[in-house]
Amino acid sequence: MLRDDGPLVPLAGATDLYVALNFGTLAGTRFIDLWPLEPLRRIEMRGDALALGALVTYTSLTRSRLVRQRLPMLVDAARLVGGVQIQNRGTIGGNIANGSPAGDTLPVFAAVDAVVVTRSASGERRIPFVEFYSGYRTTVLRPDELIVAVEVPAVPGTQWFRKVGTRAAQAISKVVIAAVRSESPRVALGSVGPVVVRARMAEQALAAGQGIEAAVAALQAEITPIDDVRSTAEYRRAVAGNLLRQFWLQASG
Amino acid sequence: MQFTLNGREVDVAAHPMRRLLDVLREDCELTGTKDGCGEGECGACTVLVDGQAVVSCLVPFAQVESRDVRTIEGADAQALQRAFMDQIGAQCGICTPGMIMAALSLGPDPTRRQMQEALAGNLCRCTGYEAIFRAISAAKRASRRTPLGVEPIA
Amino acid sequence: MASLTERAVGRNVARKDGMGKATGKALYADDLAFPGMLYGRTIRSTIPRGRVRAIRRNFHADGFTVVDFRDIPGKNVIALIEDDQPCLVETEVRHFAEPILLLAHADRERLLAADVDIDYEADVPLLDPAISHVVFKQLLIQKGDVDANLARAERVIEGTYRTGAQEHVYIEPNGVIAVPEEGGLAVYGSIQCPYYVHKALVTLLGNAVKHVRVVQTETGGGFGGKEEFPSGVAAHAALLALKSGRPVKIIYDRTEDMVATTKRHPSVVRHRTGVTRDGRLVAMDVDVLMDGGAYVTLSPVVLSRGAIHAAGPYRCDHTRIAGRAVMTNTPPNGAFRGFGAPQTQFAMEVHMDRIAEALGLDPVHLREINALRPGDTTATGQTLGRDCSAVETLHQAVATSGYAEKRAATDGGRRGVGVSLFYHGSGFTGSGELRLASRAAIELTERGVRVLTSSTEIGQGTRTMHAQIVADALGVPYESVEVAQPDTSRVPDSGPTVASRTCMVVGGILQRAATEMRRRIGDASPAEYFRAHGSLRVEAEYEQPEWIHWDDETYRGDAYATYGWGCNIAEVELDPVTFEVRPVRLTAVVDVGKAIHPALAIGQVEGGTAQAIGYALLEHVVMRDGAMANGQLTNYVIPTTLDTPPIDVVLVENPYPGGPFGAKGLGELPIDGPAPAIVNAIRSLGIDVREIPALPEVLLRESARAPGFAVAGQRGPTATAGR
Repeated sequence: MLRDDGPLVPLAGATDLYVALNFGTLAGTRFIDLWPLEPLRRIEMRGDALALGALVTYTSLTRSRLVRQRLPMLVDAARLVGGVQIQNRGTIGGNIANGSPAGDTLPVFAAVDAVVVTRSASGERRIPFVEFYSGYRTTVLRPDELIVAVEVPAVPGTQWFRKVGTRAAQAISKVVIAAVRSESPRVALGSVGPVVVRARMAEQALAAGQGIEAAVAALQAEITPIDDVRSTAEYRRAVAGNLLRQFWLQASG
Repeated sequence: MQFTLNGREVDVAAHPMRRLLDVLREDCELTGTKDGCGEGECGACTVLVDGQAVVSCLVPFAQVESRDVRTIEGADAQALQRAFMDQIGAQCGICTPGMIMAALSLGPDPTRRQMQEALAGNLCRCTGYEAIFRAISAAKRASRRTPLGVEPIA
Repeated sequence: MASLTERAVGRNVARKDGMGKATGKALYADDLAFPGMLYGRTIRSTIPRGRVRAIRRNFHADGFTVVDFRDIPGKNVIALIEDDQPCLVETEVRHFAEPILLLAHADRERLLAADVDIDYEADVPLLDPAISHVVFKQLLIQKGDVDANLARAERVIEGTYRTGAQEHVYIEPNGVIAVPEEGGLAVYGSIQCPYYVHKALVTLLGNAVKHVRVVQTETGGGFGGKEEFPSGVAAHAALLALKSGRPVKIIYDRTEDMVATTKRHPSVVRHRTGVTRDGRLVAMDVDVLMDGGAYVTLSPVVLSRGAIHAAGPYRCDHTRIAGRAVMTNTPPNGAFRGFGAPQTQFAMEVHMDRIAEALGLDPVHLREINALRPGDTTATGQTLGRDCSAVETLHQAVATSGYAEKRAATDGGRRGVGVSLFYHGSGFTGSGELRLASRAAIELTERGVRVLTSSTEIGQGTRTMHAQIVADALGVPYESVEVAQPDTSRVPDSGPTVASRTCMVVGGILQRAATEMRRRIGDASPAEYFRAHGSLRVEAEYEQPEWIHWDDETYRGDAYATYGWGCNIAEVELDPVTFEVRPVRLTAVVDVGKAIHPALAIGQVEGGTAQAIGYALLEHVVMRDGAMANGQLTNYVIPTTLDTPPIDVVLVENPYPGGPFGAKGLGELPIDGPAPAIVNAIRSLGIDVREIPALPEVLLRESARAPGFAVAGQRGPTATAGR
C-alpha cells in the first residue's frame, strides 16, 4: 500500500507527529495508522537478542522485566522521555523514525549496536542502528518501508545513562548519554550533533587505557554541538565531557 | 466511529485525524477537558484511554475506535474533586480536570515522589503543586475510610 | 472597626466557586459558544520595524469577514495610559507580531488556512534598551545627600544586576468572544479588568455601538498577563463582530500567546552603595533601566513601583534612585505579578549579599542591622508605623528554616543556603487609588446578600474572600452571601484586579458598604428586610486615609498605605557535572496583616514562590531579531512537580489598621523574594552570578572564572578552572 498509493506518513502514538501537525511543519497530509497493529507491541527474546516491537511504548518498556534485566538504560531513558501521558503513547519506533538529534532512546540503541528491522512489500531489511541515519532527521528508510522492530544483542558490562534536560521532568534533552563500561567501552550521545553520535575516538581512548582525560578530549573533538533555543555549544561540549567523567567514575567495569 | 465514552457506547462522526481533544470538546460537547498548549506539554487535556492517561491533543480520533475513553465528566473521582476544592488544590482551576485525571492512576497511599512522578506531565501555574499534593493525600485518606466512616487500622 | 465579630474571616470556609473547577463544569472563554459564531484570527507583522507596503489576500473571500484599521469607527488606539498603541497597524510597524489585519470565518480550518501575504519596507530595529533614547518614563527619587556620603563612606560596593523577561504561562491562553446584542455589544472573556476593556472598547468603537458590556468568564490564570492585554483581543473580536454582525470568538493558541503578548520587563539595575565597615548602609545610589518594548502600555507604573522598591526594606539616610523605562522594537512588555518589584529587589538582595561578602559579614546579620523598623523612613521619606515587620519576618524565617545549621554544613560544596528580605506596597502607588475612585456595592436578595464588584476571581480567591468580609461586616452567615459575576452593566467599577488591592482596598470598600447597610436595615436580617421592603443596594467609594500625603512631581511621601513584608530562605543543591540547580527547600515567611482565608493565603505564597523559582532558574525568553524564538511550552519551560521543592510557609499577622480586619495586600509579595534567595544560595557556593535566569549555561560560564571551583567528576584534589 505504501508503495502504490503515494506518500503516506506512518502514524503511531502521534506524540511527535501531532505537534508537527499543529505547527504546520508536516508536509504530508495522508496518514497510515499503525496503532492497531498488535504484533508490533511484542517484547521477546529472539535467540540472544532482545526484540522490541516498533509500537512498544515507553510505559511498556518500564514495566517489562525482560527490558529491565537486559537493557536497564533503556528503562532509564523511557522514564525521562516526558510525563506519564507521553510515556503511555510514545513508541520506540516513533522515536527512531522521527530521528530527532535529541531523541532519548537513540543513544541507547547506538551504544548497544542495535539493529533496526524494517518491512516493505519487497521484504525485510536489517539495518545496523549506527547506519540508520544519513543526516539531520533523515533516515535510510525507503518510502514503502516501516520499522517493525529493534533488536538488541546481549550487552556486556555495566550500562549507564544520563539525560540533561531543560528541567527535571518533561524536558527535551540538552545532552544525553548512554554508555557501557566493559573491556571495550561504548559511548553514544544525543543533542551534540545533527544525528546521534557514537563516540568512537573516546571509546578507543578508554579501551587503550589512555585515561579519562584523553577520552574526554577525544569526545569533545568528535561532537559538533550547536547553540539553539535550549542551550549552547559551549555548555553541551563541557557537560558532555563531565558526563563521560561521571560515567567512568560511577560505572564499575 | 464507535467508541465508549464515559461508560456509554457512542457513535460520533468526525474526521479520523481530528484531535480527540476537539472531538470531545466540540462534537461531544464535553468542555471539561481543556486545551492549554496543543503540544502535549501542559497536560490540561488529559483523559483516560483504556485506563491510561494520555494527552488528548496528541491523539488522532481514529485511534480510539472501540476504545474506552473517560473524561473528567465521567470520572469516578468525587473524593479528589472535593479535596481539590477544599484543600485549594485548584486555584484558577484550568489545570484541575487534567490533574485529576492524571491522579486517578495513583494508589491508595501515594508518597510525595509518586505524586510528583504521576503529575510531572501536568503543569500548574497557580499553586506551586503543594496544595495539589495535600488535596490528593486528603482524598486518598477519605477514600480509605470504611463505609462506617472509620479508618482501617493498617 | 472595633466590634466586628470574626465568624468567616480567618477561617478556611468553603469556597464560593462551587465544584465547577474540579468537575469540568466551570465555563472558561473557549467553553462558550453562541449561535452563528465565527472564529477570529489576527494577522501579525513578521518584521520588528518598518512599514507595510502591500497586503495581498490569497484566499477566496466567501464567508470571510476582513477588518483593517479603516474599519475602526472611533479611535485606532488601545486606550490605556497613553494613547500610543494602535489597535491595528496603519502603515508603521513597531514590533514583531504587531496586529495588522483581522479575519473571521465560521470554519476554523478555512480561517487558519487563509494565506495573507504582506510586503514590508524594513528598518533596522532598535533592540538594545541600553542605547535606546526613546524614554517612556523617567523618574528620580532622592533623600539626603548621596554623593557626599558616598565620597565619605568607609567602603563602596558596586554592582550591576540583570533580570530577563518572563512569560506568564497562564494555562488558559487569552480568549474573548464578542457578541452583538440589541444595537450594542457584549464581550465575554478571560479578563482581569473588565472596566479596562470597557474603556478601551468605548474609545475604539465611538458611536458605532449604543452600549458595551464586558463580562468576565471563569479565568484560567492571569498574573497580570490579562490586566491590559485583553483590551486588544477584545478590540479585535469587537471589530469583527461589528462588521459581520455575528458573534466572534478569538482564542489564542499557545505560541501566539507567548510570542505576541506582554511579558515582564527585563531590567538592568546598577548599585553603588556606601557602607561602614561594620555593615551599616550610609548611601545608596541606584540606577534602574527597564525595557518597555514598542509601546508605553504600563511601563511608567512598572518603573514607578520598581524604583520605589529598589532600595529594599532597608533604612538609609542618603538614597538616590534614578529610573527610566525605554522603548525597543519588541512586543510591548506589561504587567506581571510584582510589577517591577521582583526586578529591583532581585538586584538589591544580591547586592546585599555582595556587601556581606565584601565586609565578611553574615548575610542575615547585615540585613538585620539595616532592616526598616517602625519609625524609620523609606527612600521616599515615608515614616513606617507598627505595621512594619521586616525584622520579625527575618527572625521567623531564620528560626523556621534552620538557617544557621545549614549555613554551617557544607556537604562538599554542593548545598547552598541563601536569604532575601523584601517588601511590597499594597494597592496603587501614591495618589493612584484616589484617581481610581473605586466603588463596590452590596444588594439584598431573597436569600441574603449579593456582592457587586468588578474584582475578578482568577484563582486567588476573590469571590470567597469578599464574601467572608461582607458576611462578618454585615453580621450575616457566610452561606447567605453570594458574589455576582463581573459584568460591567451590573457591577460598579472597583478598579483593576491588580496591585495586591483586591482584598485590602476593594475588600475595605465592601466592609464600609456592609457597615452602612447594617445601619440602614437595623436589626433585621437581610431576608426579613427584603420581604418587608424589597431590595436595597448600598454602594461605597474608596476613601483615602487622611494621613497619606504623596507628591507625584518629586516622588516623595507616602507611596503606599501599607506594605507586606517577607523573608525567604532558599536551600539549593548544585550539580557540579551539569551545573543544574535543584531547589531543596524554600522557607517563606510573609506578613499579610490578616489572613482572611488562611489556606487561600498560603496558596498565594506557594504559587508565587513557584513562579519565582521559574524566574530564577528556568524561564528564559530567547529573543532573535526582536521576536521570541522559543514560543512553545516545550522550549520555554516553567516548573513541573519535580522542579519545585517543599515550601514551608509561615503567615505573620501584623495588622494594618486601615485594611479590612487588618488585611494588607498579598498577591504579589511572595514573588519578590525567592529569586534572589536562590541566587544568593548559589553564590554561597562560590559562583559570582548576578543575573537571572541563572541557567546552567550561565553558571558554567561563571564558575570557569571562579578560582578553585572544582571541575566536575575529577578525582584527586581540586582541579583548576578555566579549561
